[in-house]
Parts: sequence; structure tokens; C-alpha cells
Amino acid sequence: MASTDIKSGAPGPGGAGPDAVKPDDLAGLEAGLDALDAVQVHRTPVREVLLRKVLPPLLAVALVVVVWQLLVWAQVTEDYKLPSPSAVWESAGDMWRQGTLLEVVWTSVSRGLLGFLLSVAIGTPLGLLVARVKFIRAAIGPILSGLQSLPSVAWVAPAVIWLGLNDSMMYAVILLGAVPSIANGLVSGVDQVPPLFLRAGRTLGATGLRGTWFIVMPAALPGYLAGLKQGWAFSWRSLMAAEIIASSPDLGLGLGQLLENGRNNADMPGIFLAILLILFVGIAIDLLIFSPLERWVLRSRGLLVKN
Amino acid sequence: MANTLTKAEDRVEVGHAARIAHVSKSFAGPTGAQLVLDDITLDVAPGEFVTLLGASGCGKSTLLNLVAGLDRPTGGSIETPGGRPALMFQEHALFPWLTAGKNIELALRLRGVPKSERRTEAERLLELVRLGGAYGKRVHELSGGMRQRVAMARALAQDSQLLLMDEPFAALDAITRDVLHDELTRIWRETNVSVLFVTHNVREAVRLAERVVLLSSRPGRIAHEWTVDIEQPRRIEDTAVAELSVEITEQLRGEIRRHGQH
Repeated sequence: MASTDIKSGAPGPGGAGPDAVKPDDLAGLEAGLDALDAVQVHRTPVREVLLRKVLPPLLAVALVVVVWQLLVWAQVTEDYKLPSPSAVWESAGDMWRQGTLLEVVWTSVSRGLLGFLLSVAIGTPLGLLVARVKFIRAAIGPILSGLQSLPSVAWVAPAVIWLGLNDSMMYAVILLGAVPSIANGLVSGVDQVPPLFLRAGRTLGATGLRGTWFIVMPAALPGYLAGLKQGWAFSWRSLMAAEIIASSPDLGLGLGQLLENGRNNADMPGIFLAILLILFVGIAIDLLIFSPLERWVLRSRGLLVKN
Repeated sequence: MANTLTKAEDRVEVGHAARIAHVSKSFAGPTGAQLVLDDITLDVAPGEFVTLLGASGCGKSTLLNLVAGLDRPTGGSIETPGGRPALMFQEHALFPWLTAGKNIELALRLRGVPKSERRTEAERLLELVRLGGAYGKRVHELSGGMRQRVAMARALAQDSQLLLMDEPFAALDAITRDVLHDELTRIWRETNVSVLFVTHNVREAVRLAERVVLLSSRPGRIAHEWTVDIEQPRRIEDTAVAELSVEITEQLRGEIRRHGQH
């Protein structure tokens, strides 16, 4: 259909007089060009996604478990040092039957998510200020980048002394770990906004706060999301550090304490279980929340190129 | 001709869409202040189509930025009585996080058009650039020519009396550019908008404009002006277009040659 449009619509190049282009011809010509030029965008079918994205990591995990089991069978070391996969599984089963498994996971996850949300609430305006105000950037930009390389476990001791053994101390450690990542992500996102968008925004009347809201923030979204993703990872790591070091009956049992209890009781399957659960939560949140969000943003902007 | 952009009575009746008076611009350079534009005086009448033509370094984009209000002149004054001019770039400058339709709606929103009217108005503007079905399309799903047409619709959404165009078709292939020339002429006549169009392409300038203004380079000064008395719609291959283009090209080359003489 496109080809007939073009034949009927196109005046031969060079051979046309001033009256060669009638309005209908132009519309037809344009429709033909559009049809020829338009970019075809299609999505990967579900089966292919399963085959190419889901299967490989599952195989990798299976392989690790198999090797682990082989090492246990080969008795490379004493079983108090290397518990078998089934012992860890039983340990999880015990906790499940006692009803504590989900409780322990939820204690940590809820702390981690709340701490993360607080970090977003603080890191976002902070990042915008650093990105947009030259003096603030010069003043605290380097410190903010530097804080990212400071292990947040360093903050646990002062946090306990300042705030005591309670949830506020946990949140303080999370904030100190995650806020710099989130703010820095936003700063680099803003820095990468093409100047053309800012100029286009200004000619449309988006200046000042309206410019920030309508142009800068959405344009910086990919960088911001990367910062959020890293911010979550830092939140989670900071929380685990805090939970392992600061234990008190008032704090409730989280994954970090579970790990610490395992150490105190020389319960290797319990330690393995705690490590696996910490890892599992970190991966699950990333896989369920951040990856889909990131992919959606990139795909909708045509930045996710299929190869 | 039906005025589809705005009702004529909404418009302020003024003698000019842009009045550029004795404008100069200099930038700080390695050897002191560098004069880029020197004493430019130019009026664009309401509904007039003017092209600014010049070799690279003549400051034509700088002048357009000044008129758009993105930068301030060092001397002289610029008036645009019809409000903030709309500006189209060589790159489409559409926002990739919005669909074609939402890009236009953002312009409407920033202009203060109420929410209830935005969708209809955006659809109408897309219809005007013959992209009726593209409302929900993402920028990356559109071809280069379609993107420039959406950009044109977004510029028209500002409802400004003056449309500034900074080599908007320079990055397009010849076939598409040719078609967009026809489109631009049609839309200009339908909407009565004034256009100040910057290009280095002589034939494009003659194909489109009622008046061609030639700028000399370093510093940019108005070197010459032609009124184009060829009936629209023109074709870029028309003999009359070609003849005037030859004359203008001669002048342009003369301007460029002067720079090789010291």
C-alpha cells in the first residue's frame, strides 16, 4: 500500500513545474515516506524471554548447588565447616514450621525499605541542590562522592553511642550509606541531560522550578534510577552491618541478628541460611522493583536496543 | 485562507512580528572580545517569511538565539511584540520521555491552556502537520521527517506570532527535506505565522522565503537583501528559483572570498 501511494504521489525529481504538487499529492507522498521511514518497534515474545533471560541464571544456581553437594560428598572438610545443602534446607524448614522465617525476613526488609524511602526523600532534594546550585556543588560535591566509598559499617559505632540500641540507629546507618548514592545518581543524571533539552524547554517557557519539574527531572530519570538502585543496595548492606554488630533483645530478630546468632551458637547451617536469605532479598528487590522500572524507562525512550 | 492556528481577532495588531534594531553581540575570546554580530537591523512583518542566509561563522544562529531570548545582545534592542517566539532546532529536540502528543501538550500546558482542551488541540496540531495517527507514538518510533513535523506542531502549539527556525531540515535526506519545504509553505500560509528561517542552503532560502537576507561573516553584518517575487507553491527545481539562487550564491561567495584576502 505504501508503494502505490508513492507512485501516485511523487512528482519526478527535476521534471516538475510550480503546479506539480497538488495538496492531495503532498499528503500521499508524505504518507509514503512515513511508511517507508517509520521505525518498527517490537517486543520480545515471552517464551524467548524465559529461554534467554530466566533459564541461564536458574542453571547457574543449580550448578552451584550441585558443586556444593559434590564437595560435601567428597568430604573436603568437616561438616561443621561446610554443611550440606539439605542441612541448610532443613534449617529453613525448622524456622518455617516455627513461623519465624517470614517474621525475621520481614523485620529486616521493612527496616530496609523504610530506611531506603527516607534516603530517597532526603537524597533527591539534596541531589537536585548539588546538581543545580554551583556553590553547593563546589562545597559538598566532593564530600558526597567521598562518602560513597566510606563503608557504612564505620557509622555503626557512633550511631549506637549517639542514638542508642534502637531502630533510629539502624535508620541513621542506612541513611548515611544510601543518601550519597541516591544524590550522586541524580547529580550525574542531571549532568547528562542534553543542553538541547534545556534550551527547548526554555523556549517553551519551562524555566526555574517548572524547568526542573518538566524537563530536568524527567530527562535525568535514567541516571536517577541507577542511583536509586545503588541506593537500595547500600541501604541493604548498611542495615545488615548494623544488625550484625548491634544486637539487643529490644531490636527484634532480623537477618543480621540471625547470622550473628548462628555464629554465637556455632550453627553453620543457620549461618549459611542467613547469608542466602540476605542475598535472596537483595536480588529479589532488585529483580522485582528496580530492573522492571529501569527497563520500562529505557524502553519507552528507545534506549534499550535489541541485538 | 482559514486561519487554523488562532482566531485572527486574538492577535494583537502590530506593525512587525520582530524588530531587530542595531543589534551587536560579542563573546569573550582568547584575543579579547570577539565581535560576532555587528549592527544588525531587520524587521519581520506580520505573516512574513524571511530567511537569514550566510556561511558558517556569520552568527546567524547567534542572532536567532538573541531573538528567541535565550541570550542577550551586547548592544541594540530586539522587540517581539507577539510574545516569546517559538524556536525549532536542527535536531528535533522532542522529549523522549513523552509521546508525540504529550510533547505538544507540554507546550500547551506551559502556555496555560486548560487541561480539558489540551488533548483536542494537540490532535488538531498533529492533524495540521499530517500526523493524525501519531499521538501515542514515542519519539524513537518516528522517522526523521516525522520528528521534525512533530517539532513543528510543538512550536506552533506555543501560539507565537513568530516562528524561528534554525536550519530545521539540514539533517534530513533530500527527498524528505523537499516534502517538508512544501509542508512548511502550506502551514505558513494556513496559519499566517511570521517565520525567520536560518539556513546556509541558498536554494532552500529562495524556495521558501519572501525575503532573503544575506549575512557576511566575522562579524555578521547584513550584506544584501532580496525580495523573492516567485509565486508559491514553488519547487526547488524551478528556473526562477535557480536563477535567483545563482545570483545570491555569487554574492555569498564574494563575501566568503573577502576572508581569504588578508
